[in-house]
Amino acid sequence: MTQLDATWADPRGLYGWFMHLDHKSIGRRYLLTAFAFFLIGGVLAALMRLQLSRADNTFLGPDLYNQIFSTHGTTMMFLFAVPVMQGLGIYFVPLMVGARGIAFPRLVAFSYWMFLFGGIFLYVSFLLNAGPDVGWFSYPPLAGALYTPSKRADVWAQLITFTEVASLAVAVSLITTAMKLRAPGMTLNRMPIFVWAQVVTSFMVLFAMPAVMLASTCLILDRLVGTHFFDVEHGGDALLWQHLFWFFGHPEVYIIFIPGSGLVSTIVATFSRRRMFGYLAVVLSLVSTAFMGFGLWVHHMFATGLPQLGESFFTAASIMIAIPTGTQIFCWIATMWGGRITVKSPMLWILGFFFIFIAGGLTGVMLAAVPLNTQVHDTFFVVAHFHYVLIGGAVFPLFAAFYYWYPKITGRLLSEQVGRWVFGLFFIGFNLTFFPMHLLGLHGMPRRVYTYPAAMGWGTLNLLASAGAVLMACAVLTFVVDAVRALVAGTAAADNPWDAGTLEWATNSPPPNANFPSPPTVAGREPVWENPPDQPVVVGLRTDARDVLVTHVLDAEPDHRLLFPEPSIWPLLTAIATTVLFIWSIFTPWGVVYGALPVFVTMVGWFWPKSADEGGTQRWPFAHRTLPRPNEAPATGGAI
Amino acid sequence: MWWVSVAVFLVVLAALIVALFLGMRRRSDDRAVSEATLSRSVATSVGVTVVILIGLLVASISTGRAVGALPESSGVSVSIIGHQWWWEVEYEDAVPTRRVVTANELHIPTNRPVVLKVTSRDVIHSFWVPNLQGKRDLIPGYTTAIWLQAERPGHFRGQCAEFCGIQHAHMALDVVAESDGDFYRWLDDMRQPARDPPDAVTRTGRDVFMRGRCAGCHTIRGTEAAGQTAPNLTHLAARSTLGAGTLTNTPEHLAEWIRDPQASKPGNQMPPNPLPADSLAALVAYLGSLQ
Repeated sequence: MTQLDATWADPRGLYGWFMHLDHKSIGRRYLLTAFAFFLIGGVLAALMRLQLSRADNTFLGPDLYNQIFSTHGTTMMFLFAVPVMQGLGIYFVPLMVGARGIAFPRLVAFSYWMFLFGGIFLYVSFLLNAGPDVGWFSYPPLAGALYTPSKRADVWAQLITFTEVASLAVAVSLITTAMKLRAPGMTLNRMPIFVWAQVVTSFMVLFAMPAVMLASTCLILDRLVGTHFFDVEHGGDALLWQHLFWFFGHPEVYIIFIPGSGLVSTIVATFSRRRMFGYLAVVLSLVSTAFMGFGLWVHHMFATGLPQLGESFFTAASIMIAIPTGTQIFCWIATMWGGRITVKSPMLWILGFFFIFIAGGLTGVMLAAVPLNTQVHDTFFVVAHFHYVLIGGAVFPLFAAFYYWYPKITGRLLSEQVGRWVFGLFFIGFNLTFFPMHLLGLHGMPRRVYTYPAAMGWGTLNLLASAGAVLMACAVLTFVVDAVRALVAGTAAADNPWDAGTLEWATNSPPPNANFPSPPTVAGREPVWENPPDQPVVVGLRTDARDVLVTHVLDAEPDHRLLFPEPSIWPLLTAIATTVLFIWSIFTPWGVVYGALPVFVTMVGWFWPKSADEGGTQRWPFAHRTLPRPNEAPATGGAI
Repeated sequence: MWWVSVAVFLVVLAALIVALFLGMRRRSDDRAVSEATLSRSVATSVGVTVVILIGLLVASISTGRAVGALPESSGVSVSIIGHQWWWEVEYEDAVPTRRVVTANELHIPTNRPVVLKVTSRDVIHSFWVPNLQGKRDLIPGYTTAIWLQAERPGHFRGQCAEFCGIQHAHMALDVVAESDGDFYRWLDDMRQPARDPPDAVTRTGRDVFMRGRCAGCHTIRGTEAAGQTAPNLTHLAARSTLGAGTLTNTPEHLAEWIRDPQASKPGNQMPPNPLPADSLAALVAYLGSLQ
């Protein structure tokens, strides 16, 4: 191991395992954990499909069914879709911008533990028969203390707090990484689209998540200390919750889809052997989607009886958001048209994405129309619609990304042949499961019912949907088996098996601890394709200390050197203390008071200042600047 | 809208397949498509998209206005109040004694818009009769109005569409559309208080009802039973279902329901009533006489 690698290595051993700071290690954990929740959420979905496969079925009772559908939705949204995309961001954003690490690595480590503990908390509650049973949306008054006297709604509300803390922390780190740690030469105009997607998503997280944290905190206060935010009897308002929740809930959809579209742009460009066509248009589409995503939450509330003008405004916004998405689709098609395409497994999933996502997008445009919406709202039509956009818009690109980046992460290739089977099974199973749900919705089958009378004639379509679910389960199972097989005995992957153009392919598979032996500089949007052979690398960073180069936001000109934090146990301890606080506070408000003490102590430990010798804060004026002023000779060994 | 969407779907997919085909056939030495061609194509596509979307928007808003506007009242004014997990239906009248309260059934005259004022007493429900009108949420603290109109006589099934707790699945409503004559005859029948028990068995049944806990929650107008938390049973025998659409209204089902309502609708708020067989039979007979 070189000195550089040793400097950036995480500590070994079991104790060391809890101190990891390497973004690749945390990213892997995020991806694996989120995928595990995907599997568990899938098992819950399979149970629901089993129950609904015939009329008047008694396999699951209403109490358990309601817990299962609530936990399924909560898991897929908060423990799978958002974390898995952020996990990809944690792993790949630093690599794609040519950085040594992710900004605020301890915060990222803390965020992982919070995410993990939140998920464990949810499932322990579920196994103790205290799983949420009021939907992933927890509308009061149903979720209030009067109608849900058990702890189930508290478990849901507190899980939200866990996952929001985690995703806010990641969002901050990803934005900072993309803005300040880019390789010299990677101006904003050259930043990979996937990184743009992560940045845009992270900003959405920063604005959307506080709304739901506020809402869930108010709900807990209503339940725990008797405030009356949503309590109609005492002057509260039942609709207030819906506004707060959907102000988060609709952007959430784009928080899941925008990284997915970033993946599509990345993979389409690679397999078309061509720069992404319409880079600027695509980036602006992402940004405008993010803005518009905050302006259409009311289309979840068309059935509440809002004034006409308001409805028209939100109808218009919901229809117009199809424009940026359409623009992206046309740019992807243009890229393929102008490229030289090879169809490998990642590209197959992207083609599947096109088919399913466009269908889902069009049913979305239909849903924006109030007359249609009030008919199919809260029916299986909506279930079909959002599975088409979310599985189509996020899970298909995600599987594409698994196939695309698996060799980078593990150094092994997944089987191309098995990959086709997995794709085929999943694609057919998906359509078999969810297409009939459109028809069920149009035939009047409402959502969230644990059973239905045989006289309604919904049995056949439901049986078809359940059969499709079996195919999807087989596909995912095959994928898992192949992934494990490849890890043990897969063909070794080259550093750049797809001939891709972004920086993560400019290093080994898997990347070394410090990511790059020498951090690269960049001369184009697809540096691996466009950098000339004599492109310089960054020098002057120490190999015996965790030096990173901080660059300017717009043009990525070198700014200064920064010393990265060392691995530490404190993020884990802080996460444990915070977990105790969160869970304790479900039972008594005093949990917040006494539970805050350990959090305070662990945070002091985390932020305990280092002396200057250890690389901590230096006394002003600084002993040595790292960069020369303009027109000044560079200091020896300090600069680029 | 449906056909526009299908057409757009097919056109975009066709473009994708053509692009895929061209992209896969191209070799490195082939002439590349010029950026200008790509730009023009993308710009045109976006332009067409914008035009189609604006068309859909105009269509959607004008339809929405037409569907959403409240018509003049047709003289029948009904309140719908959602409960966990049943519907309270009240026909209003200026004279309090002429008001009619029933549950889980809504009779309306055909070919006339009927305005419904909807709200909820507990959690949020959603009133939805798919074949007559879109849905409207019943939100505690808010009263809103919608209308519906049946073009032909018949039964239309309504169903709660907002998740409202453990028995959301069994919260149906029977909408009966009938001619003006039938409707007003029905309404007049409903205005009558419950008839007195015609024979000894039904009298025993009434005593079981009044002395047991039934009367604590249910109202039977014309008797001392005046409970307010459960469906009004004054004319129970005239309804077609029990438990908000859970069971059809037959004597066997009624007996089964009274003995153990938790068997067919687990979690609902009516407790089991382990009555002796003869009391149960008498009670069923009494309730069956409430035409």
